[in-house]
Amino acid sequence: MTNTSTGPAIAVTGLRRSYGAQVVLDGIDLHVPEGTVFSLLGPNGAGKTTVVQILSTLIRADSGEARVGGHDVLRDPDRVRAAIGVTGQFSAVDDFLTGEENLLLMGDLNHLCRAEGRRRAAVLLERFGLGEAARKAGAVYSGGMRRRLDLAMGLMGDPRVVFLDEPTTGLDPRSRRDMWQIVRDLVADGVTVFLTTQYLEEADQLSDRIALLDRGGIVAEGTPAELKRLVPGGHVELRFADVPALTEAAVLLGVSPDPADESLVLRVPGDGGVRALKALLDRLDAAAIEVDGLAVHTPDLDDVFFAVTAAEEVTSR
Amino acid sequence: MILAVRDSATMLRRQLRHMSRSLSMLLMLLAVPIVFLLLFVFVLGGTLGDGLGGGTGGRAAYVAYVTPGILLITIAGAVQGTAIAVALDMTEGIIARFRTMAIARVSVLTGHVLGSLLHVLASLAVVLGVAVLIGFRPGATAVGWLAAVGLLTATTVALVWLAVGMGLAARTVAGASNLATPLTLLPLFGSGFVPADSMPAGLRWFAEHQPFTPIMEALRGLLLGTPVGTATAVVAVGWCVVIALVGYGWAKWLYNRDRTR
Ligand SMILES: Nc1ncnc2c1ncn2[C@@H]1O[C@H](COP(=O)(O)OP(=O)(O)O)[C@@H](O)[C@H]1O
Ligand SMILES: [Mg+2]
Repeated sequence: MTNTSTGPAIAVTGLRRSYGAQVVLDGIDLHVPEGTVFSLLGPNGAGKTTVVQILSTLIRADSGEARVGGHDVLRDPDRVRAAIGVTGQFSAVDDFLTGEENLLLMGDLNHLCRAEGRRRAAVLLERFGLGEAARKAGAVYSGGMRRRLDLAMGLMGDPRVVFLDEPTTGLDPRSRRDMWQIVRDLVADGVTVFLTTQYLEEADQLSDRIALLDRGGIVAEGTPAELKRLVPGGHVELRFADVPALTEAAVLLGVSPDPADESLVLRVPGDGGVRALKALLDRLDAAAIEVDGLAVHTPDLDDVFFAVTAAEEVTSR
Repeated sequence: MILAVRDSATMLRRQLRHMSRSLSMLLMLLAVPIVFLLLFVFVLGGTLGDGLGGGTGGRAAYVAYVTPGILLITIAGAVQGTAIAVALDMTEGIIARFRTMAIARVSVLTGHVLGSLLHVLASLAVVLGVAVLIGFRPGATAVGWLAAVGLLTATTVALVWLAVGMGLAARTVAGASNLATPLTLLPLFGSGFVPADSMPAGLRWFAEHQPFTPIMEALRGLLLGTPVGTATAVVAVGWCVVIALVGYGWAKWLYNRDRTR
């Protein structure tokens, strides 16, 4: 999936940053091929914004090296700035200006000529569904509109690398899906997207590669499929009415019930496919064991996340 | 360099848009010196004018005496608005965005400075117009006018840069307003409203040595067409240069700090 003919859009080695005595990033390595979506996934306070701020030249790392669009963030910040578009975690819209004026301001600051600035602003307003609100002040925009305007402002300079820091946090489901579509369209245009999120589903939906950031380090990295392989496969949860039924089923299926679990639930490994499910229920039926309820569980990034962070917890103890 | 000019022009346009959308605040800032002018001339001016000694005394003498002080109050009040606007701007996310763009960094500040300069010059024209309406009769020559406008501009540029520094240092709107308040009081504790030699010793020493006094003295001479001492002129211009350089350096340093918010 990674194309060897192009250099990496983002290359980071040994990045460290502390605030006072608090070590926020403790040696981070990242590699993002051009034209891909990379998600940095982590809970609140993991250091996601700090990474974005370093890569977008807002703050300096204490040590380590970071190149964005082929340029070093410390030695060549202006080249990096010219190559990137940033939509930070917190709104960066000028509330006194209208949506259109915000975009034209970005056009001027990207040193576009007037006509080109107007043209791009019109295209972006249209594409992000802001046409009707173009002449309204940023202050009256809804959360989703603000986010879209914010992103549009970051795109006025036609960046090759786009940073999105928690682009959908606080958005309603509809706006979140709009934002996802926008990200997909960007990648289709060949742009590299580096996004941070707390939502596993989001990372799963959008990313070519995902890195899990926890307590200052990358604790897992790979494609969504690779990460899911890190945890045990899926299972079917069978619920029974009483202990005898549970025990009987456990013997029949050759799985032992979780002794810590008193909820009369049995977890049977399996991918939860329709055929396998039917076979399972047929066996129970043949043995005249009554099943009270059933749930199919396929592994998702939640499992990866909890598996990896729980392992961390054990080793750090 | 060319880009720095272009970016500053862009930021000035942004600033003018902001100002056009907060006209009520600008009008309030303008109302203060006008109220001061009317109050001092009509309520206190009769007595104060008689106390000036020499000339005809009364209201006519006082409006001539007090106008330069009122002009400085106009500048000080307007730059308090600058400090507030800068502090407010720095709380906006868009400043972080500017920092991630390949633009001349200081242009955000130059935008504020140029916008404020235009605002102050317009305010000064209005206040001067009101002064003329109530009996101020400038006797300046063409050269005197030019010099007066030059001095007012220099004073404004100096105080605006200082105010930008205050706005950056304060981090909150209330803090910025407080930091800039002494500027609006300085003309009162100088020779703006009554001659310094009518004050008690300690206050008099302060009035004679603070920056606004030589500026107001020079301005008074230029506007009225009376002689301005070389020493006064040099000290007035010197203060402007010093305040401008300190303010500019301070503001630039504050803005370029590694902001880790
Ligand atoms: N300016 C700052 N001063 C002190 N600590 C900070 C600062 N910015 C972030 N931190 C700390 O660094 C850690 C990581 O923050 P951040 O990068 O914002 O995390 P995330 O974006 O993943 O929620 C947090 O514990 C936060 O408190
Ligand atoms: Mg964050």
